[in-house]
Amino acid sequence: MTQISTELATETTASGAAASAGEAIPKALSIRGLTKVYDNGFEALKGIDLEVEQGDFFALLGPNGAGKSTTLGIVSSLVNKSGGEVRIFGHDVTRDPVAAKKLLGVVPQEFNFNQFEKVGDIVTTQGGYYGLSPKVARERADHYLQQLGLWDKREQQARMLSGGMKRRLMIARALIHEPKLLILDEPTAGVDIELRRSMWAFLQQINSQGTTIILTTHYLEEAESLCRNIAIIDRGEIRANTSKRELLARLHRETFVLDVAPPLTSVPRVEGYPLELSGDHTLIVDVEKEQGLNSLFQQLADLEIKVVSMRNKTNRLEELFVQLVENNLQ
Amino acid sequence: MRLRDHTIALTTIVRREVRRFLRIWMQTLLPPAITMTLYFIIFGNLIGSRIGEMGGYDYMEYIVPGLIMMAVITNSYGNVVSSFYSTKFQRNIEELLVSPVPNFIILTGFVIGGMARGLLVGLIVTCLSLFFTQLQVHNLGVMVSVVLLTSVLFSLGGFINAIYANSFDDIAVVPTFILTPLTYLGGVFYSISLLPEFWQKVSLINPILYMVNTFRYGILGVSDINVGFAFGIILLFIVGLYTYALYLLRIGKGIRH
Ligand SMILES: Nc1ncnc2c1ncn2[C@@H]1O[C@H](COP(=O)(O)OP(=O)(O)OP(=O)(O)O)[C@@H](O)[C@H]1O
Ligand SMILES: [Mg+2]
Repeated sequence: MTQISTELATETTASGAAASAGEAIPKALSIRGLTKVYDNGFEALKGIDLEVEQGDFFALLGPNGAGKSTTLGIVSSLVNKSGGEVRIFGHDVTRDPVAAKKLLGVVPQEFNFNQFEKVGDIVTTQGGYYGLSPKVARERADHYLQQLGLWDKREQQARMLSGGMKRRLMIARALIHEPKLLILDEPTAGVDIELRRSMWAFLQQINSQGTTIILTTHYLEEAESLCRNIAIIDRGEIRANTSKRELLARLHRETFVLDVAPPLTSVPRVEGYPLELSGDHTLIVDVEKEQGLNSLFQQLADLEIKVVSMRNKTNRLEELFVQLVENNLQ
Repeated sequence: MRLRDHTIALTTIVRREVRRFLRIWMQTLLPPAITMTLYFIIFGNLIGSRIGEMGGYDYMEYIVPGLIMMAVITNSYGNVVSSFYSTKFQRNIEELLVSPVPNFIILTGFVIGGMARGLLVGLIVTCLSLFFTQLQVHNLGVMVSVVLLTSVLFSLGGFINAIYANSFDDIAVVPTFILTPLTYLGGVFYSISLLPEFWQKVSLINPILYMVNTFRYGILGVSDINVGFAFGIILLFIVGLYTYALYLLRIGKGIRH
C-alpha cells in the first residue's frame, strides 16, 4: 500500500517536472533554422524559427513572395528543405515521416486535385492513402462534404465546381484522416464574404474541438478575428512572432473615422488632436494610445458637433503589417 | 497494421488508375482494338496469304503473338506515362506526397495500373485475333509470365519517362522514336532468321525481341532466341528500372522543388 502510493507520488512528480520543463507536451509545429535555396539559387528562407502550440490558431502573414508557401511546403513534404529541422508533434518530418504525416492535413494555395475526378472520389481516395478502409473513408467523406456544403456535388467532376467550392473540397480532403494539425495556405482567397464567414466558423469549430490550425492569408482582418498568435515573415525572415494581442499593443496610434452632424464646412478647432475633414460630415483623427478619446468628444460636444458613429480607419493589423514590412524596405 | 495501411493505400492507387483508363476508354481501349484489327486484316489476311509461311506457321498465326505483345507494351507504357505525367501536371501527385504512403507503394500502384491496362488491351486483342485465326498454347506458364513481366517492365519505363517529362511532347518522344521502332524491329512481323547475319546480331541488342519471341514461344513453341536467357534479360531490366524509379522518387526528381 505504502509502496504503491510512493510510486504514484514519484510518477506524478516526474511527469509534473517534465511538463513544467515543457518537454511532455510537444509543440504542434516546431521549426528550427529552416533554410531553402531553390535550384535557381534563390534563397527563399534564411533560417526560420517558429513554434506553434497545440490547440493554437496561428496565422503566418507576409507579402507576396515572402516565403509562406515555401515554409508550409516544407512542412508538408512538398518542398525539399535545404537546412534546418521541422517537427510535427515532436516527429521529425524527414526522419519519421509516417508519424509526422499522419498528424498533418494540408490545404495548399493552388488547386491540386485531378479536375476530371468526381468530388466524392477525390476525398475518399485521399482517405485510402491514410489507410482508411473504403467504408470508413466514404462515411467520413460524406460527413465533411455535408459540413462544407458540397454534398450535392459529390457525383460531379471537380472541374465543374466554382472556385470557392474547390477550396472547400480541398478542406474536406485535408480533414479525411482527422489530422491534429491543419495547415491552410490562403484558404479564403477568392471566396465571397458570406462564404468566408461560414468558413471561419467552420475552422473555429474544428479548432475548438482540438485541431491546431495554421493559416496564411492576405486578409488581415481574417487573422485578426480568427487567430491567437501571429508570425510575420518577409523575404525569408521572421519579422515578428507573438500573440495577436501583443502585436496589436505595439501600435502606438490609431486612426478613427467619425461621422458627424450637422455637416461641417471647415475643420473644427480641437486641442491636442490632429483632425482632417473628409467630405462634409466625416472627420478623420489620429489618436495616441495613452491619449484616449474623452477629451475629443468633450470638445466636439462643446462645439455642438454630434458624433453619429465611429470606426477604425484601416484594419489595425494592416497598419502594423505595413510598418513592419516598410521599415524593412528602408 | 503497417501492412494493412499499405494494402489499402495500394488498392486505392490501383483503383484510381483503373477508374482513369476506364473513364477515358475511347482514348485508351478503343484505339488499340481498331489498330490491331486493321493489322490482322491487312497483314494477316490480305498480305499474309501471299507471304505464306513464317517459322513453319501461317503468317497470321506467326504475327498474332507479336501483335498482342505490341499492344501490351504500348498500353502499359502509355498508361503510366500519361497518368503519372498528368498527376504531376495537375499537381495531384501532392495528394500522395503529403500522405504517409511510401514511395515503393506509389510506384507499385502505378505499375499495377499500367499492367491492368496493358493486360486488358492484350486480352481484347487476343479475343479479336480469334476472329482471324486459332490460338494454341504451347506453354501456358511461359506465355503468362512473359506477358506479365513485359507489362511490368514497360510500366516502369513509362513511369521514369513521366518523371523526366516537362511537357506533353516529352511523353510522346520515347514512344514515337524509341518504342515503336524497337517494336517493329523486334520480330513482331518477321523472324530474324530472314535478316543478313550482321542485322541478326544487331537485332539481339533489342530487348523487345526477347519478349516477343518468348511470348511466341509460349504460344507456338518457336523462338529465335533462348527462352531462359530472355527471362534473365527481362528480370534484369525490371530490377534496374524499379531501383532507378524509386531513387528518382526519393530525391523528388520532377515532383518536389
Ligand atoms: N520553384 C521555385 N523556384 C524558384 N524560386 C521559387 C520557387 N517557388 C517559389 N520561389 C520563390 O521563393 C519566394 C517565396 O515564394 P513563396 O511561394 O513561398 O511566397 P509566398 O509567401 O507564399 O507568396 P504568396 O503570398 O504570393 O503566395 C518567391 O520569391 C518565389 O519567387
Ligand atoms: Mg504562397
